[in-house]
Amino acid sequence: MIKRFLAFVFVWFIFSATQAQDCSITFKGKITDFHDNTPIIGASVHILDLNKYTSSNEDGLFEFKNLCAQKFVVEIKHISCDPKRININLEKNTYKEIFLEHHLNELNEVVVRTTSKTTITSVEQNLKKEVIENFTDKSLGDALNTMSGVSSLNTGNSIVKPMIHGLHSSRLLIVNNNVRMFDQEWGDEHAPNIDINASEKIAVIKGANTLKYGSDAVGGLILIQPKKYAVKDSLFGSTITSFNTNGFGGNINSEIVKTYKSGFYSKLQANYKQFGDFRAPDYYLTNSGLKNLNASLRMGYNTYEKGFNAYYSFVNNQFAILQSSHIGNVNDLVNAINNLQPRVTEDFSYDITFPKQEIYHHLGKIEAYKRIKDLGKLSVQYDVQLNRRKEFDLRRGNRSNTPVIDLRLFTNTLQTNLEVEYLDNLKIDTGVLIRYQQNDAISGTGTNPLIPDFTKYDAGLFTIANYYLNESTDFSAGFRYDFSKIDARKRYNVTDWNETFNYDELFPEFETGTINGTRILTNPKYTFHNLSASLGLSKRFNNDVSLLVNYGLASRVPNPSELFSDGLHHSAARIETGLLTLDKEIANKFIVSLERVNRNFGFSISPYYKHINGFIQLIPVGITTTIRGAFPVWEYNQINAQIFGIDIDVNKQITEKFNYLGSLSLLQGDNLTEDIALIHMPSTNFTNTISYQNKNLNQLTIAFNQKTVLQQNRFPDYNFNTFNAILQEDVFVDISTTPPTYTVFNLRSSAVFKMNKKSNLKIEFNVANVFNVAYRENLNRLRYFADELGRNFNLKLKYNY
Amino acid sequence: MKTLKSNKMKTIKLLAVLFISTLIFTSCEDDRNDDDGEDEEELITTVNYRLTNGNDVVTLTFQDLDGEGGAEGTYTVSGTLAPNTSYTGEIELLNETESPAEDITEEIEEEDDEHEFFYTTSAPGIEITKTDMDGDGNPIGLKTSLVTGPSGSGTLTIVLKHEPTKPNNGTSADAGGSTDVEVTFDIQVQ
Repeated sequence: MIKRFLAFVFVWFIFSATQAQDCSITFKGKITDFHDNTPIIGASVHILDLNKYTSSNEDGLFEFKNLCAQKFVVEIKHISCDPKRININLEKNTYKEIFLEHHLNELNEVVVRTTSKTTITSVEQNLKKEVIENFTDKSLGDALNTMSGVSSLNTGNSIVKPMIHGLHSSRLLIVNNNVRMFDQEWGDEHAPNIDINASEKIAVIKGANTLKYGSDAVGGLILIQPKKYAVKDSLFGSTITSFNTNGFGGNINSEIVKTYKSGFYSKLQANYKQFGDFRAPDYYLTNSGLKNLNASLRMGYNTYEKGFNAYYSFVNNQFAILQSSHIGNVNDLVNAINNLQPRVTEDFSYDITFPKQEIYHHLGKIEAYKRIKDLGKLSVQYDVQLNRRKEFDLRRGNRSNTPVIDLRLFTNTLQTNLEVEYLDNLKIDTGVLIRYQQNDAISGTGTNPLIPDFTKYDAGLFTIANYYLNESTDFSAGFRYDFSKIDARKRYNVTDWNETFNYDELFPEFETGTINGTRILTNPKYTFHNLSASLGLSKRFNNDVSLLVNYGLASRVPNPSELFSDGLHHSAARIETGLLTLDKEIANKFIVSLERVNRNFGFSISPYYKHINGFIQLIPVGITTTIRGAFPVWEYNQINAQIFGIDIDVNKQITEKFNYLGSLSLLQGDNLTEDIALIHMPSTNFTNTISYQNKNLNQLTIAFNQKTVLQQNRFPDYNFNTFNAILQEDVFVDISTTPPTYTVFNLRSSAVFKMNKKSNLKIEFNVANVFNVAYRENLNRLRYFADELGRNFNLKLKYNY
Repeated sequence: MKTLKSNKMKTIKLLAVLFISTLIFTSCEDDRNDDDGEDEEELITTVNYRLTNGNDVVTLTFQDLDGEGGAEGTYTVSGTLAPNTSYTGEIELLNETESPAEDITEEIEEEDDEHEFFYTTSAPGIEITKTDMDGDGNPIGLKTSLVTGPSGSGTLTIVLKHEPTKPNNGTSADAGGSTDVEVTFDIQVQ
């Protein structure tokens, strides 16, 4: 498939290079400012090879007539910009939009062809700074949840894991400042450790253009991008404070930026967030508060030719986990399911007691780039991450202050990239990386580690080509190869090793010969080779309409939790077992998107289909009896699956001041092997928002939003019966039935007041869950125990200076 | 230009050195932690419920020496109970993976306000009463009195709750909390 495609590209290239000579071609264009889209007037445009000059008029337009079909270099000059050159391969009448970065020079100094996308052929959605600021006191997952096709897997209300098209954890790549996050993303209750306040733009790529960052984006890619700063002497900043009635807490975030004319810049940002117990409509959610302290520092030097940037971020999260969710065995779970209220509901408190999570994440990177004449941009990046996760549980004998889980994950990566931009029609992005990762199950917990010590080595290389076919069509193709090696050390129960799983015959090479009582020390080693590929097509029509078609082949290596998990999960009253026999997961993804980007009436309609071979899922397989009573055993297994659906977004300007926004997500997941529904798939949901904006009245904005999530009627039935010795009868354990449909309404309002020449104050007043509706969400792991949050009044002040 | 180029080279060299040094650093650390298999500290492997009436001693024992997973636990009842007899009952919890066996009962005694045992039986006429109290005057259940009724057979279930609601109506369901022990024995009275 890939070979055939490459041959196709090659033939096309030869063909287009040998067309007949024609000397009546017009080359027109428009020069606009990259930042505000205003036309740049009086820029000189010089075709160096032909020595022809012109300049842009009041609309930023320029035109050359009677040119021959040939390649040439155009130089564009404007006051306060360095002269810039672009290569043009002229074959027929051509119109180019040329974006000049008027002040600043970073990644894309001169952007030919307008796009705010990561790559022109990608199917993606973006969250801008204004939207991100609405979520200053929430999490990344909460912000992304507002997009169609994106949902979240929650543990309570503050641990929020983003989900794209029903897929999460290791099936999503989260890339923060060009660094792929490794923060033990494998667990369902491990939320990404990202401070949403440190980001400028968040892109969700649902399509196939993810190869640059990894081969395993079965679900998609979340790209968190920083801001580019103007090359001028300036000092500015902002402070946001937020206060909420629900949880009686809030957030303060400050950032300050210093930029210099020479190209140097630096930014310091810090954020503190604290909440006490949140409240469902009818009761307090005892032990649901949180404390976050985050800070980031960015500095760099940017010119067109060369530059560097360094970034460090620190995230410290403390999450309380609903006390009622700590249960013992399946009878406790049945009690929780049958009781309408959580068993512990106390008065409001800021205390974070047990169970709780405490996480530290350090991320540092340094990147340098240089443009090489007639070739492109070469960059080198080294990044390092240290993630420490401690989970505390209610324990006997003063052990509660000792974590039950204490894992340290260290990751470092060295990568180089080359963006070949010499040819105007064909852009090539290619790179290699090596990565070393080490997980250390810190001793002293007094428990068997859930995830064992392991080391992992990765090496990868990729090439992505974007071919500009004509004025309206772009084509992209890429492939990637990855090598991974996992070397782990884990103790197994001898009976489990020899009998339950038959590993002594399947994997005798993993045995070390050390047996200590009932436990056998093993050394599992795995090597994987992954191939992945992508194809993309972008076709632009009149009226701002465009069509995108993406195909992606992704393969994912089983993660440590899928391979090695072995133990009791208190919040779910289940024993989770990983399997050494798991193999990699291979997905074929198709997505088509018909989009219209227009303020008056815009839309995006994106149907998709994924077929996943060897889809790894965690499902209940039986019951085991321990000294604590009966527990369901959840085991990882592999099946073939398909997920398909459609995401629809619509925006319409009703009058000058009124706007409508709507979105709809439909999804179906099938377990093809067993011909049943796939577990934990998001159900149909839709939102409608009406907003009023008056630019003349302090930019007053009032928006009313409705979100409805329908009951998931397609779920696999994993309910079971268990004998309750106290009641002397069989009891039915309904772990599968999904909660009913719910609708919540939210209100947002804001106004901006000018303080003086340089500074302004934005005041926001918001109400979430206006009607205080009590509901439960299927994709919340604590849905058996408590309702979701009740009404919240929120006041935000943002001061720009 | 030249100096910038060499700066660039320096940066790359620095990156390379950083990368290699962290590799070496972490590899060494890895070796140090090579074998940190831990004992399950909170493990309860054994429940002994000893019922005594003079020289008549009946012991109900549950034992699962390899903990959760692995081999299933075993139940043994040392004999039959006499009808219409009053026994004093005593619970003993052990972690027998330790040598000598760790007495978990002591931990329960220290945290008696955070724990409670619950006894239920389906055998006819048996009455079990908790005879000990914590500092707040609520029952614990480490010590009990068991009075048998007529001959018959049934099951006896012992539940240990951690952090139950105290006081409660005497049932484990009302007490809530999380279950640390739940074992069910078949008993005979004759």
